[in-house]
Amino acid sequence: MNAADAPLWVEVLVALLLLVSAVMALTSAIGLVRLRDFFARMHMPALTATLGVWCVTLAAVVYFSALRQGLSLSYWLVSILMAITVPVTTVMLARAALFRLRGRHDPGIPPPVQARSVRAPDQAG
Amino acid sequence: MSGFLQAVITLTMVCYGLAMLLALCRALRGPTAQDRVLAIDFLTIVAMLLMLVVGIRYASDTYFEPALLLALFGFVSSTACAKFLLRGEVIE
Repeated sequence: MNAADAPLWVEVLVALLLLVSAVMALTSAIGLVRLRDFFARMHMPALTATLGVWCVTLAAVVYFSALRQGLSLSYWLVSILMAITVPVTTVMLARAALFRLRGRHDPGIPPPVQARSVRAPDQAG
Repeated sequence: MSGFLQAVITLTMVCYGLAMLLALCRALRGPTAQDRVLAIDFLTIVAMLLMLVVGIRYASDTYFEPALLLALFGFVSSTACAKFLLRGEVIE
């Protein structure tokens, strides 16, 4: 398995990046359990989907590049894919949640954006 | 691979497992349907990270395709669930 080992500084760098991503995943999960509101909870997976994924893919790129004595960039594909897909999911879930809460006339829904933009010129004038 | 990096990778996997358990708790308990969809989306993202870390641990490229597939299926399933919650049907 370990015919050719990576140098020590590569292993230290990979370990640091993996630890950062582990801390991000734990923070997201604790926030997902402990926050009260759905719209507050929605912020939490973004930590893992951005910094966690970027750290792990960077660790994989550095480790495999050092192990094979050449650039192996295919792991960037994962982070590019996540950067494209995660905002789409988030926006659709937020719209679904707003639609459902407004249908139930829930008191905890945020105010519509339209009312705020109409009131803005009054405050300026 | 040195023992130091192996220990760090084991610690990272334990943290991921803990995060997945907490997200599963939210998915089982979640008061509304959108909470469950959010938790399961987070679950697939952490499973994808776990695949990448296992790939680093065994220094093999075999785990790269499962990671890509998990990311893709997580996106498709979460988007389909959100669309269903929004409109009542997935494809109009």
